[in-house]
Amino acid sequence: MSEAKIKDKAAKGPEAAQEIAALTGNEAVAMAMKQINPDVVAAYPITPATEIVQIFSNYVADGLVDTEYVAVESEHSAMSACIGASAAGARVMTGTSAQGLALMWEMLYIAAGLRLPIVLADVNRALSAPINIHCDHSDTMGARDSGWIQIFSEDAQEAYDNTIQAIRIAEHPDILLPAMVTMDGFIISHGMEVVKVLPDDTVRQFVGTYNPKVKLLDVDTPRTFGPLDFTDFYFEHRRQLAEPIAKAKEVILEIGKEYGKISGRTYGLYEGYKLDDAEYVIVLLGSTAGTAKTVVDDLREAGVKAGLLKIRVFRPFPYDEMAALLAGRKAVGVMDRSDGLAGLGGPLFGELRSALYESKNRPPMKDYVYGLGGRDCGPALIRQVFDELQEIGKTGEVKERFTYLGVRE
Amino acid sequence: MANLKELSRKPERFTGGHRACAGCSAPIVARMLMMAADEPLVVGCATGCLEVTSTLFPYTSWNTPFIHSAFENSAATISGVEAAYQSLKRQGKYDKEVRFVAFGGDGGTYDIGLQSLSGAMERGHRMLYICYNNEAYMNTGVQRSGATMFGAETTTTPVGRKGYGKKQFEKDLTAILVAHGIPYVAQGSPSFWNDLITKMQKALATDGPSFINVLAPCRLGWAFPPEETIELGRLAVNTCAWPLYEVVNGEYKITYKPREKMPVEAYLKKQTKYRHLFRPGNEWMLPEFQKHVDEKWERLLTLAGEPIPAKEPVATG
Repeated sequence: MSEAKIKDKAAKGPEAAQEIAALTGNEAVAMAMKQINPDVVAAYPITPATEIVQIFSNYVADGLVDTEYVAVESEHSAMSACIGASAAGARVMTGTSAQGLALMWEMLYIAAGLRLPIVLADVNRALSAPINIHCDHSDTMGARDSGWIQIFSEDAQEAYDNTIQAIRIAEHPDILLPAMVTMDGFIISHGMEVVKVLPDDTVRQFVGTYNPKVKLLDVDTPRTFGPLDFTDFYFEHRRQLAEPIAKAKEVILEIGKEYGKISGRTYGLYEGYKLDDAEYVIVLLGSTAGTAKTVVDDLREAGVKAGLLKIRVFRPFPYDEMAALLAGRKAVGVMDRSDGLAGLGGPLFGELRSALYESKNRPPMKDYVYGLGGRDCGPALIRQVFDELQEIGKTGEVKERFTYLGVRE
Repeated sequence: MANLKELSRKPERFTGGHRACAGCSAPIVARMLMMAADEPLVVGCATGCLEVTSTLFPYTSWNTPFIHSAFENSAATISGVEAAYQSLKRQGKYDKEVRFVAFGGDGGTYDIGLQSLSGAMERGHRMLYICYNNEAYMNTGVQRSGATMFGAETTTTPVGRKGYGKKQFEKDLTAILVAHGIPYVAQGSPSFWNDLITKMQKALATDGPSFINVLAPCRLGWAFPPEETIELGRLAVNTCAWPLYEVVNGEYKITYKPREKMPVEAYLKKQTKYRHLFRPGNEWMLPEFQKHVDEKWERLLTLAGEPIPAKEPVATG
């Protein structure tokens, strides 16, 4: 716990027991990991996620956790060791970023295919080349089809809260899928914020103990993990993965509510900001939501019906919810912090257009690829998007489907 | 020392019904391991012949906990299993005494999996890593690996108007493992069952990482009749192309010394992958092979503190 901690004595209800601390995103996630007290952490350091496992290894050294910490020689081995440990029957966590997540890619699919509830903190960072250590969402998007649950965080508080909830989501008997919690590199990972921290006991009680039904260490009932499937079974086994994905939204909402009871902070699949009557809506993921909220406030003061839709859960994608929320708006601007290089903007845009395909009242929609490699996205740029959305709203016409925001052409 | 009678009474933990080729030595090695172990085993395996022939869903030959995750990470995967074991045991959540074994073929060990193996050994996980070395990527159709010996014909080192098989000598992986400073390293052969099982027992009893490199003749890639697997292994050892030795805490010991070192030709002639060595124009290859084997053997004798015999004339075909 940071020196800056003070008791939040004024608060009532579940918040009364919480401590207010000044933490960076990395510190907040490491704190959550300490309170979760996983059986095994296997990790390899990578900027800007390094601190998470570095701080955590100090907890191990100080005997504050029961964790076996495996300092592996690569991210590929980190995820491989997590797979072995999780299959063995342990509660397992790790952290990584960008190239590290890319190096894990092969194993991400295997973790999901083996139904292993590993929880990973991914600090969002751009992928090479050129090499860049700053934030964008290319890394997480690269893993979007791997069968992992993906939860985005707006700030350090959400990164902390999401990490704790992810354990419950991943280990839920109807889910048993790995989950990654993301936060924006440097912006959140290294930015210090006020974070409300739950008491250790509350977190331990919330996550409970992990007792998997099937485990490799059960030597009396030997099982074969990761066998060979031919054409006669592979399809069925992959098909089975669709079941927990279909069930996940319900479980995420249930756990989000339960978390609200202990923390006063209830979580859903998304967060709407001044959304109800909004005519012009920006949809995005991660830390830019904070900036967008101030822009929305400014526009509201000026009489513009602006609103924000921040998506928290990217996998499984809340298609129906998005369709219901966005239909009938005058114009929707999607902000993608990665370029899909698909010829049609970024991945979020593709998901949202798909979500709205069946809507009778489809809004005009435009994608803005922004902030690649940590390029700053301040209020002026977001204002620019809203200005353009108002133009589109007047004519109902979208001249170009996607554009690049804040880049020198 | 293993006793055949005792071994035969042990329960089968690697069962028949697997789909390995007739005459494949990999299942023989797996069965020997199961016989060698007294404690329960958790086995990991890299993608490769042993894994794909023994785990065809919904069947499995492993009557012991088994995990396969990918090609290059058998050691890293078992690192995680062993870490979970240590953690759960320390917390009082698990009380059994278990040993951990990672298997890989030469492809998954000498080449793509070398980093993962090296990391696991350096970290000191208590595991036995067994490389069943059949000297090529047999599972994908006989492509060269870092373990493929000089002159061998594989599908990626074909013999043609200019090509004469693999140009390079094999990588000395056993030496690389010795350089890791781990407590137990050995080379074995299923043709010397007692030697191999004893080594497996020593490795499993080692409180730390251990490694055994087993030459595993492949009847498909080496092209010999299936009934000659054990004979091929014997020839490899008796020609000193595959010496049997162990390195315990850095101390070298040759565990089997051929009464008379046979010319390597006797071993190579049995395998179609070397048939071009005996064709006109390639007369230079056999002495080259022999020279390499002799040099390695002499180096090993020196390391083990054994006398080096007087030079003999090199045999040619």
